[in-house]
Amino acid sequence: MTDSSPRSSAPADQTAANTQGIKIVGFLCNWCSYGGADTAGVCRFKQPTDLRIVRIPCTGRMDPLFVAKSLIYGMDGVLVSGCHPRDCHYAVGNFYARRRMEALKLFLPFMGIDTRRFRYTWVSASEGQQWQKVVTEFSEEIHRLGPNPGVGPRSGENSKISNGLR
Amino acid sequence: MRIGVFVCNCGTNIAGTVDTKRVASEALSFADVVYATNYMYTCSEPGQQEIQRAIGEHGLQGVVVAACSPRMHEPTFRRAVEKAGLNRYMFEMANIREHVSWIGNDREANTQKAIDLVRMAVAKLRFNNPLFSSKMPVNKRLLVIGGGVAGIQAALDCADGGMDVVMVERKQYIGGKMAKLDKTFPTIDCSSCILGPKMVDVSQKENITLYAASEIESISGYIGNFTVQIRKKATYVNWEACTGCGLCTEKCPSKKAADYFNEGLGAARAINIPFPQAIPKKAAIDAQFCRQLNGKKCGVCAKVCPVQAVDFEMKDSIVTEQVGAIIVATGYDLFDHSAYGEYGAGRYPDVISGIQYERILSASGPYGGHIRRPSDGKEPKDIVFISCVGSRDASVGRPYCSGICCMYIAKQAILTRDHLPESNSYVFYMDIRSPGKNYDEFVRRAQEEYGVQYIRGRVGKIYPRGDRMVVQGADTLLGVQVEVEADLVVLATGVESSAGAGELAEKLRISYDQYGFYMESHPKLRPVETNTAGVYLAGACQGPKDIPSSVAQGSAAASKVQSLFAHDTIETNPQVALVNERTCISCGKCIQVCPFGAIQWKELRGGIKKAEVLPTVCQGCGVCNATCPPKAIQLQHATDNQILAEVNELCA
Repeated sequence: MTDSSPRSSAPADQTAANTQGIKIVGFLCNWCSYGGADTAGVCRFKQPTDLRIVRIPCTGRMDPLFVAKSLIYGMDGVLVSGCHPRDCHYAVGNFYARRRMEALKLFLPFMGIDTRRFRYTWVSASEGQQWQKVVTEFSEEIHRLGPNPGVGPRSGENSKISNGLR
Repeated sequence: MRIGVFVCNCGTNIAGTVDTKRVASEALSFADVVYATNYMYTCSEPGQQEIQRAIGEHGLQGVVVAACSPRMHEPTFRRAVEKAGLNRYMFEMANIREHVSWIGNDREANTQKAIDLVRMAVAKLRFNNPLFSSKMPVNKRLLVIGGGVAGIQAALDCADGGMDVVMVERKQYIGGKMAKLDKTFPTIDCSSCILGPKMVDVSQKENITLYAASEIESISGYIGNFTVQIRKKATYVNWEACTGCGLCTEKCPSKKAADYFNEGLGAARAINIPFPQAIPKKAAIDAQFCRQLNGKKCGVCAKVCPVQAVDFEMKDSIVTEQVGAIIVATGYDLFDHSAYGEYGAGRYPDVISGIQYERILSASGPYGGHIRRPSDGKEPKDIVFISCVGSRDASVGRPYCSGICCMYIAKQAILTRDHLPESNSYVFYMDIRSPGKNYDEFVRRAQEEYGVQYIRGRVGKIYPRGDRMVVQGADTLLGVQVEVEADLVVLATGVESSAGAGELAEKLRISYDQYGFYMESHPKLRPVETNTAGVYLAGACQGPKDIPSSVAQGSAAASKVQSLFAHDTIETNPQVALVNERTCISCGKCIQVCPFGAIQWKELRGGIKKAEVLPTVCQGCGVCNATCPPKAIQLQHATDNQILAEVNELCA
């Protein structure tokens, strides 16, 4: 993969022009929330276009470092969504996720990241309307916060997420 | 890698708000992309041929289709690329319909988002590896949970096909709710006459093993190889010996036991056979009411039993069965009308539920089929039926329509006129829902031929006046208040999920909706499958259903099982976790977190232990992957590299 320069660490400025290129990544479990996002689409529930969805098998697959790395390398917001507690396709994956995400929230400030840029939620495959609400609210929140100043790597280091987590 | 990108217009579904041509031309600039085009309907036959042609012509090693949701057409396209000689996992989808074109109208923003999603898909694909399924044997035995009409149908269909069937029923008899019914709509067939022979078939088929008075203790394993533990509850009667002669019931001195079969209208003996046609026709003791089991001196049944079948020391026992597929047919319960204070909250003996009235109508019921009211045994003259009790009422948490009540009220009103030609029947209804074959004609017959008075409106209050009940309600068609004095009020109680449905769902690892009904895999196209492979649904456990639909679904589930069992082996899903033994640090955390017990220790030469994944047990959730400290265990097709590659493209 080719390297490219990191996003400029511009101060959080909330002008319209600066919020144009807002990018939010969503990690959605295949069984519930990805289906919920599909349902929202099928029902034509309009949503902001800033969100880019990554499909994962289960929120239990979520390594907290996925969130941390995304935010460090310049994503403006990260949304994680899975099945409602007790409704996990794999029985307990979302319980693991919930613990990890809660722990992660405590650590984000130490990395210089505004915890409001990260949110996790539960949306089932039938809750299209709920998904629309989640996306709309979270996008509005990130737009209020403006672009992520990022804490990207110092010059000379690899500016992209290295492949793999180590 | 040589990658081809195909952007679908989906008619105007996508092309309407996304510039698909631009998406395709942008895609050409991504690393490794050698071919990109847009197409009207990529999932169509010519669309798939176009992909296959391009794979051959351009020597593609991986394919990205930007179209609808992968939950929709990923299997379609995987098959298509496989036919052209690629591995089915060298394929990725970008969802630019449900997640882009259908949720926004801004063409520029949509196009940009679609380009991003394609870029992410290409980035992931560059890390894809060909994956290969292995084969594992199928145990061609079926477990049916629930012995109602749906379960019976499924079990008989499979048994007829020559398969071994294990049936587990919670109650001491099979037949479910249908066994309690007097007649069935819209043909007024005698319920036990049409169900009885099927019940007998279940008991007589040599390849059906019936566990009545039993519940599922635990389920482990996976499609083709489930291990089921069944708890046989203590009935205090050795069923191997019991001949069903009924002598024990006759002599039992405890005469006030709850009569569950007659819905509390009569009284049963502590040791009884619930009804004459019961299958299995075996006696069981209700421990709550048995004198001997409650420390009093008795034991009469043990003395009179000609075969010494009574065993007061009996305990629950656990049996283990191996099966390859499971059909869940646990049925439903009826709403408890005590939630309705305005209908007396169950305090008035002459305000009864529909199923109680059904027992009253039944010739094997508590009154021998003569219509009498429970309070004083008088023949009622005026009977009021009230529909939607616990249906279509959000205030009691039941906003859904139960679907069967309109019909069973019409049936009961018709039967009432048949039994008591001089009686008057009134039906208070919200709407009449009669969409089945010959259903609406049936309701019309009730109204026109049988003179049942239908009043459109809700009942506000029921209260006693003398020995009769006053029903106050509104007639919303005439816009007036109405008051009917009745001898008997029948509440059409709605359908709710079976007690314990949630716990069973957790044992089966299937999902259920907010009302406790089991969720099918797809509401239209996969109505009997669940999201757990090898577990199928039949009957009202999936949602309120009448008998024809339950039977149809029982047969449908059976046909799914038969098509599974038509193969000696099934292909495993290769999207499972894989351990890199060189980087595994033998911490054992993955073994602890795996919800399926799919990871175990493997001893290498020199006694070193490493984690090992059992690919047939692994379900591919990836909890282990996120847990592993050195990331030595990787979920194939969703590795850290693949997920981060997608994010990476956005950060760039």
